[in-house]
This record gives sequence, structure tokens and C-alpha cells, in this order.
Amino acid sequence: MQNLVGYPLELTGEDTPMVRFTNVRKSYGPLVVLDDLNLDVAEGEMVSIIGPSGSGKTTVLRMLMTLETINGGCIYVDGKPLTHMPKNDKLVLANTRYLRERRADIGMCFQHFNLFPHMTALQNCMEGPVQVLGLSKTEARERSEELLELVGMIDKKDQHPSRLSGGQQQRVAIARALAMRPKVMLFDEVTSALDPEVIGEVTNVIRALVSQHKLTMLMVTHQMGFARDISDRVCFFYGGKIEEQGPPADLFGNPQKERTQKFLSAVSEAI
Amino acid sequence: MFDWRWDFVAEIMPRLLWATGNTLMAAGIGYVIALVLGLFLALGQRGSNRVLTTILREGIEFIRSTPLILQIFFVFYVGPQFGLVLSPWVAGMIAIGLHYSCYLSEVYRGGIESVPRGQWEAATALNMTRWQTYKQVIIPQSLPFALAGMGNYLVGIFKDTPMLSVIGVYELVHTANAIGSENYRFLEPYTLVGFIFLAISLPTAALVRLFEGRVRSKMGMN
Repeated sequence: MQNLVGYPLELTGEDTPMVRFTNVRKSYGPLVVLDDLNLDVAEGEMVSIIGPSGSGKTTVLRMLMTLETINGGCIYVDGKPLTHMPKNDKLVLANTRYLRERRADIGMCFQHFNLFPHMTALQNCMEGPVQVLGLSKTEARERSEELLELVGMIDKKDQHPSRLSGGQQQRVAIARALAMRPKVMLFDEVTSALDPEVIGEVTNVIRALVSQHKLTMLMVTHQMGFARDISDRVCFFYGGKIEEQGPPADLFGNPQKERTQKFLSAVSEAI
Repeated sequence: MFDWRWDFVAEIMPRLLWATGNTLMAAGIGYVIALVLGLFLALGQRGSNRVLTTILREGIEFIRSTPLILQIFFVFYVGPQFGLVLSPWVAGMIAIGLHYSCYLSEVYRGGIESVPRGQWEAATALNMTRWQTYKQVIIPQSLPFALAGMGNYLVGIFKDTPMLSVIGVYELVHTANAIGSENYRFLEPYTLVGFIFLAISLPTAALVRLFEGRVRSKMGMN
């Protein structure tokens, strides 16, 4: 029942997006979380997703990371289907092996960091490259130290996560995800669990990534100022759909839809 | 009435010490079998194959709900009817190893389930396989939670080795029985066996606790 008819087996052409959601649907029983979602993200684009809780914004990222299964539609990454695989000229639900192959393009940072507590910061970063990419320890260490330098955590590389502050842990988590050299980076409310005074150290790292690297990024955030500063495009989610999207100056400066206006004024009142 | 004879103690001590070696060997081999088999049982129960998980769960429940001594008898005396003739040692190790593997699988399962879901998700985000995730991420973190239970069953298996005497394994209790019936004196051999068990159990339990603390601090969990 999950076989798709009429979906392309591959996206080709000049304007092939890095990420494409085509009619994506996700529900938990009767609860529809994502309703017929269509969203393209171009290569190198930074897209922020904002919206009230329960609007399905985190689910977008979790589906892209293959942490959730899909109930309808298809997700493409870098022109190839992610949630489905071609079989006899049709798209069928991807099996584990296919998923592993395809999700190598994607990296993710979580709200609660999810660092491995039994490993040091450096070991956390080296784990994926050594185990999954098959790098030698020397290569993996070199790559990891470079990234820990980038996120300003090289001095703490031999500390376990329990010895690090939230902001420091999140910076290590960003380095860990980057060490896998993903084409797409996902940031799921990466500052929501942080104390206000350390939010800046994490947003500065993301700022540096945006300005220096040609990574495609999707970010779910509650920090409107930050989203406005660094995004190429902002999507306002409401009830499992994109209610409104556009360049940050337009969406924040001149929102067209009533729900967007209400949400933005409610958020600005809270600050 | 209470005539403790030290010369008799000196006479039987070498035999009891030799039997202590057998007891330790039985507990050691049985425990290693239980540790390894228990891990497979725990992981198998968490697999995606419904048939396999049901069989494993029911099998484990069955073994945990029947007495060890019956299982020892069964392997040793019923085995030959199916062409499975085993020496007392081999039969005993199979029975006790299997019995304790079922208990240990539950300890592992508890430990594995105490690792937060976010760790699985982080491993998936790094594109690790299921097996890599278990080996590198989940099992190491479940160890501190499982160690207390694992230590309990180490002492438990050690104290249960006398059950092997029923099929003729020359461990401590079997040897004490033999000494008693040969000399018509049971006070010294049984008392000594009790003290030997105590002298090994207590330090073992203390060592396990020490080890637990060291593992926790090594994993940055304190």
C-alpha cells in the first residue's frame, strides 16, 4: 500500500533541490501531524521552520533523518528518493540497507544534544567516522580536532559530556554531526534546552557555518531574531502545513496570513 | 557433644581445598556461559522477528519458573534417551549456564532499556548499524545499570553449584558428604564448607561493588 505510482524514480535537471518533500503525510493513529507537505530546499540554502508547538515542525526534521516512518508521499535528498527505493520501475518503501546508504547525506543535532556520555568530546566526534565511514583513528582524530577547533571546544576535547555545560555539549554535538560530512544539516531546537547566557555560543557556531560553508540546513527554532538573521527562507508551520513562507524580511516584516501575524505578535509579546 | 577436632580438620582440608577448586571452576564456567548466552537472549528478545522474540520470551519464562535441580536432572538423565550422553560436568555446565543465562538476560534487558531513546536516535543520525549501536553505545551505557544484578547472580551461581552434587560433580558439598560418610563425622566438613562459601562470597560481592563504582566513574557517570 506504500508503493507509489507516478512519482519520479530520480530528480534530474538544473534546478534539482537538495531536499524535496512531495505530498508527505505523517500521522499517529487519527492524529495527523503532517498533512500533504510539499517543500523544496535548494543546495546551500538555510531554511528555518517556525510555528506553534504541535504544528509538525520537528516531525519534518525527524522524517528527514529517518527517525520516523512516512505514511504517505515521498522525500527526496540530492535527487534520489530517501524514504522509498526504486524497484521494478516503482517506488517501494526503503529497506534498512537502502536507508543506511541514503541517510549518509544527512546529519542532525538534537534539542538535548544526545552526546554519548561514556565517551569524551573527541571520542564522540571520532565514533561515526571510525565506525561508519571506516576512517583510520589518525584520520578521524585529525578531522574531529579540526571541527572541535571550529566550534571552539578543542580545549575540552578530553572531557566527558557530564563535565560540560549545555552550550558546550551542543557545540560538541554540532562537531560530531559535521564529522560525518553531511550534505544536509538539521538543527532541531538546538538552543531550547540551553540557559539564556550560553545560547549565543551555539548560535555563533551556526552563524559561522552558514557564512563559511555551503551546507544545506534546516533549522527548527523558537528564536525569531536568530532565524531572521541567518535564514534564506522562513517557513511558518500551522496544523501540519506550511501556512506561509518567504524571505525572513517579508515573513517577519510583512506577514500576509492572519495566523502568522497572530503567532508573531504572541511571540514578540513573550519577549 | 560439641567435640570439634582440629586434627580431623587438618586431615580433610586438602580434599576440601581441591573441591573448592572444582566449585570455583563450575561457577566460573557456568557464569561465562550465562553471561554470553544471556546477552544473545536479551538482544534476541529485542529483535524485530516476532516469532523469535515470542519463543525466547516464553522459553526464558519457562526456565525461570522451574527449579534448577530439575533442569540438571533433566539434562543428565533424560538426555541419554535422546542419544545425548553427557558427563556430569558437561551436563551440569549446560544446565546451570542455561538457567542463569535466563536471569542474566533479564538483567541485560533492564540495563538496555534504561538507556534513553535519544542515544538510539543519535546513533541513527551518525548512520550506525543496529549492531554498532548496541556494541558502541547501548551496551557500554547499560553496563553500570546491569552490574549490580550481574554481581548478584555471580554470587548466586556460586552458591547454587552444590546442586551439581546430585549428578556426581565433585564440588564442595558432594566432597563434604563423602568425607562425612567415610568418617561418620559431619560437623567439621559441613562447617568448613560453610566458611569456605562465606570466605569467597563476601569478598566477591565487595569486589563487584568496587568494580561498579570504577566503571561508573570511567564512563563519566558520577
